[in-house]
Amino acid sequence: MSQLPKWADSFLVPLLSVLLALVVSGLVVLAIGENPLTAVRVMITGAFGSTYNLGFTLFYFTNFVFTGLAVAVAFHAAQFNIGGEGQATFAGIGAALIGLSLGETHWLLVLPLGILVAFLFGAAWAAVPAYLQVRRGSHIVITTIMFNYIAAGLLVALLGNFLKPAGSAAPQSRTFDEGAHLPRLDEVLGWIGIEAQRMEGNIMFFFALAACAVVWLLLWRTHLGFEIRAYGHNEKAADYAGISGFRIVMLVMLLSGGLAGLMATNTVLGQQHSLVLGFVEGAGFTGIAVALMGRSHPFGVALAALLFGALYQGGAELAFEMPAIPSKMIVIIQALIILFVGAMENIVRIPLARIFMFVQQSRKA
Amino acid sequence: MDFDILIQILGATLRVATPILLACLAGLYSERSGIIDIGLDGKMLIAAFASAATAAVVGNVWVALGVAVLASSALALIQGLAAITLRGNQLISGAAINMLALGTAYLLSQTMFGTGGQTPGLGPDQRFMGIELPFHDALGGFYQQVVSGQSVIVYFALATVPLTWWVLYRTRFGLRLRAVGEAPNAVDSAGISVARLRYSAVLIAGALCGVAGAYLATAQAAAYTDGMTANRGFIALAALIFAKWRPYPALGACLLFGFVEAVGYQVQGNLNVDSRVLATLVDFLESSLPYILTVVILAGFVGKATPPAAGGVPYVKER
Repeated sequence: MSQLPKWADSFLVPLLSVLLALVVSGLVVLAIGENPLTAVRVMITGAFGSTYNLGFTLFYFTNFVFTGLAVAVAFHAAQFNIGGEGQATFAGIGAALIGLSLGETHWLLVLPLGILVAFLFGAAWAAVPAYLQVRRGSHIVITTIMFNYIAAGLLVALLGNFLKPAGSAAPQSRTFDEGAHLPRLDEVLGWIGIEAQRMEGNIMFFFALAACAVVWLLLWRTHLGFEIRAYGHNEKAADYAGISGFRIVMLVMLLSGGLAGLMATNTVLGQQHSLVLGFVEGAGFTGIAVALMGRSHPFGVALAALLFGALYQGGAELAFEMPAIPSKMIVIIQALIILFVGAMENIVRIPLARIFMFVQQSRKA
Repeated sequence: MDFDILIQILGATLRVATPILLACLAGLYSERSGIIDIGLDGKMLIAAFASAATAAVVGNVWVALGVAVLASSALALIQGLAAITLRGNQLISGAAINMLALGTAYLLSQTMFGTGGQTPGLGPDQRFMGIELPFHDALGGFYQQVVSGQSVIVYFALATVPLTWWVLYRTRFGLRLRAVGEAPNAVDSAGISVARLRYSAVLIAGALCGVAGAYLATAQAAAYTDGMTANRGFIALAALIFAKWRPYPALGACLLFGFVEAVGYQVQGNLNVDSRVLATLVDFLESSLPYILTVVILAGFVGKATPPAAGGVPYVKER
């Protein structure tokens, strides 16, 4: 196939693919009789129009950075972790145990423990499919999907029989005591003397940014990162160089599941202050779109997470302002982005390569 | 008395296994041609919606079936385009198809009926009802509960098993289909189009998923409800691996999954547990047993399964 310059391959191709997906989404909006341009305007205002709305966008951003990094890290070792949903669900049970038991202490204690326990729970939920993949050869894609449903079943059973307060009908745990509420973004801003309106994002936002940096350092500045990428590029060559596939896949999947688990810290301890049925709300799947769009690079993941954060928050406002467009429209947009960026890139790449070749040849002539 | 319950469970097994079987055979065609299909669930889902919506609007269940097959095939075509023509990642396009179906069904139900994620309930004349075979009442028992009184799609699904076997092992198309999943370059050098074979396989899969979806919404249930396939597409994939990509074992695997689910239905509500721990366990197993079974099967505790050699690899013609 014809060659593209590196910058075009890592920026132009995903950018044009996303644009294509958004244009198709616009056509869908048009088809149900609404104006896509008005919809875009409503979404942008809904996502960034006020401090309050921005707070929600940053809250979703934090979720998607974690689930996006989870998928991205696994991609580097050529593993497709489609189980972020289940890993986050299971991690939520861990986070809720912290929130329920340490509510009378202080967030300074709850924050590190909440991060640690959610990470471990998420990692544990990814460990089983990873082990089965390397030792028993079962397909990690199908196993992680199964583990999504097993986690969901576990959450329903636990909420129904244990965590739900007696006499309550709603499938959720009791609200955690104040001590287990992570500081909101406006509270954090208050520490450095900035007065702000209530902002729904919380201190985990900064940990999401830090996670991007840590993942970048790990992948491109450490020996292990080199081994991971080598294994992802060519399993056989890595094996020949003495890199243990078992070790790489296990480590990568533990890290991946742990990162997905941090989404639960952000949501359960940082925003809902209670364990709610279905609290992951598809963030695990959004992570796939985020990782594909961000080319599995932490910087790209952060950008894509911001786009999806804005789409989620803006989409919620959209459903409110234009009732003909349900908030589930976001699922279609997400699916189209995954499709165009992840599986139909050649629609963009082949014509683009022709253009580049044409330009090169005419320069020579 | 206990014998009656067993017969009831067997009848339910057949009904529950039907959509899984159809999806499993759909996957069989696709994967035997070298296209891994994790989008079975999405294709069934869009078909379930399309059939329920058509049956509600038009009133004829056969038209509904046709529209379901068309809707599912349209998604199959997108999948084929991504996997065959554009040589994209098949796992990713499959995952995208599942989400696309879920979102589209929701959006359309909202636009058409104003009921997010639902379609209006269907009457008996808008559905596939059970067919009473001759001697339905006279023979009773097993014959009445299991063999007779099923909907036409159940019999169709059962007939598809020997048909698939015949196509796969006794026709030229079947030989080429199996070859293109193992060694596409050999098929190509024999002058046969790899792309055409794979598109046919993907479209057959689309049609079968269409029938499976129509069964869910117009035979088993009487409307579309949000996400009503409940991951049967993935159970079907597991059954396919369990069956090592062969038609008759596929029937056996799907009946096994159906049996597990049918027993679950029977247990549901018939069990009174005092202990909270036990109640949690029962609730958990009730919802998760098919998935746990899938994981166990995939872990190869039931023998080694070797997939078609070219599965998941886009075919690039040599230059």
